[in-house]
Amino acid sequence: MYKYIIRRILVFIPMLIMLSIIVFALAKAAPGDPFTGKILDPEVDPAVFEQQREALGLNDPLPVQYVNWASKIATGNFGESMYYKGRSVQSLIKERIVNTLYLGLFALAITLIVAIPIGIYSARNPYSILDYSATTFGFLGLAIPNFFFGLIAIYFLAIKLGWFPAQGTITSTDVSGWTEVWDRVHHMVLPGITLGLAGTATYMRYMRSEVLDVLGSDYIRTAKAKGMSERNVLYKHTLRNAIIPIITLMGFEFGALLSGAIITEQVFSYPGLGTLFINSITNRDYPVIMAITLLLGVTILIGNLLADIFYSIVDPRIRYD
Amino acid sequence: MQAIKKQSTNKRKHKSPFQLALRRFLKNKLAIGGIIILVIILLAAIFAPLLTEHDPTYGDLLKIEKPPSEEHILGTDSSGRDNFARLLYGARISLTVGFSAMLFTLIIGVITGAIAGYYGGKIDSIIMRLADLVLAIPFLVLALTIIAILQEVTVMIFVTVIAITTWPTLTRIVRGTFLSLREQEFVLGARAIGSSDFRVIFKHFIPNAIGPIIVNATLMMASMIIIESGLSFIGMGIPQPTPTWGNMISEAQNIRILKDHPEAWIPPGLGILITVLAINFIGDGLRDAFDPKSNRR
Repeated sequence: MYKYIIRRILVFIPMLIMLSIIVFALAKAAPGDPFTGKILDPEVDPAVFEQQREALGLNDPLPVQYVNWASKIATGNFGESMYYKGRSVQSLIKERIVNTLYLGLFALAITLIVAIPIGIYSARNPYSILDYSATTFGFLGLAIPNFFFGLIAIYFLAIKLGWFPAQGTITSTDVSGWTEVWDRVHHMVLPGITLGLAGTATYMRYMRSEVLDVLGSDYIRTAKAKGMSERNVLYKHTLRNAIIPIITLMGFEFGALLSGAIITEQVFSYPGLGTLFINSITNRDYPVIMAITLLLGVTILIGNLLADIFYSIVDPRIRYD
Repeated sequence: MQAIKKQSTNKRKHKSPFQLALRRFLKNKLAIGGIIILVIILLAAIFAPLLTEHDPTYGDLLKIEKPPSEEHILGTDSSGRDNFARLLYGARISLTVGFSAMLFTLIIGVITGAIAGYYGGKIDSIIMRLADLVLAIPFLVLALTIIAILQEVTVMIFVTVIAITTWPTLTRIVRGTFLSLREQEFVLGARAIGSSDFRVIFKHFIPNAIGPIIVNATLMMASMIIIESGLSFIGMGIPQPTPTWGNMISEAQNIRILKDHPEAWIPPGLGILITVLAINFIGDGLRDAFDPKSNRR
């Protein structure tokens, strides 16, 4: 097992390097450099810019530039935003990342709370009414684009019924304590449900088929045969085994959650990493775009790594080859 | 169940696996329903000029955001274009983009997957590491980054971007099937009588892997349609005035249209939902048809 984990981490490192090379290549392919915009100033001699370029190493051979760039990134220095002049990319991201993290966790919590019990129930009572409704919901949840669902939610729940706010994270900044927490949660309900919808459908299907699989296995029959109560069979044997793939799935579905956040945040004007990303694309703010791309890529690689490691711990049978 | 299956195979000895799959598929009510719905949408898209006399790209600035009337069944949008015409012509673009993106991805995925799975070894690990990397960057982020760099979007560029960001899923599936086929005896037999690699791949591997390929291509087309609409919604997809369902829904980012003109943005949303549902039903039907075991638990 330890051997597997070590080898898996060793595979992770070259992946990380490759990812950074891809992002670097994208950054190089992007038009413009830190002097774009300024160069239009006719008062300044172009030779001055050329000098500065030289000083900043923009004329170095690409591998040298890559090493310089990567060593800066490694210390968390993503350079300066091209749109918000004078602001570091790092500070822009820092400001937004918390909101996205909260939203993601909130969506994940809703997903798990809804999907797991329903999945279990569906598997234990297959072809019941609830099972059929869950399957229908699953089909719909995967077929509806999340931005359309978000708009429907805003239209009916926020505008027509007025139950939830349609956008933002907080009503006013002069509340504190529990009122603030409550207000924030209240703002997160609609985007959270929207973001969690596709995941809920996926996890529910997964949970149902996993539980069905486990219920059909020999050790469950043995447990029942030796007179174990239904309850104990469910909690001690069935769920323990059925939940493992779900946790692994979480590691792999993380990327989908982040991608979903980009569009969902846009629908709800939620000030997170997603809206920052879209704005940066509209403003052609390449340093921010690259930083977010890299950040999300690394997050997903880590998610996959953790999922694999977790899986090797709970199921020592798997081998790396 | 087992007995019935045996009997039927005994009676119809001459049916090929493909014919058997087709028979199972035709018995699936949801899948047939999906096909009927898809055909209706397709007909509406093809015969759009017969169903409406309005030009979907012509904006009448004197008639902006009009409510539904006899002339404009679904009203007009913020540039005075007829919403119903845009809905019909939008189906064309959405289906074309979905289909061509799927086809393009299919070509890349099958070729890379076939090379990786057939030859194995070094070329396999290079392709698969590349696939892992592309999968490591969330699809939407990668696609948007590329679009931001290119600074312009046409249908062709758009389809290419989708294809180069989504091929790995299919590559993995094709490779997996090929790897398992490689070890089988009939392949050894084919090689022993001197078949070329090309012949082995096309005569023996592809026909055996066709089931999963078709199923995944179908389901992929559904997600391509969602992707197209999502990118168009945030204004990074096919640019206006070309009508797409995503473009139409993006009008609802304006709170006034969202609130007062649900007839402008709900129909295209339902269009996507119904199309994707229909395609998914067909895809699931195909899966059950090609792999009868998958549904029997």
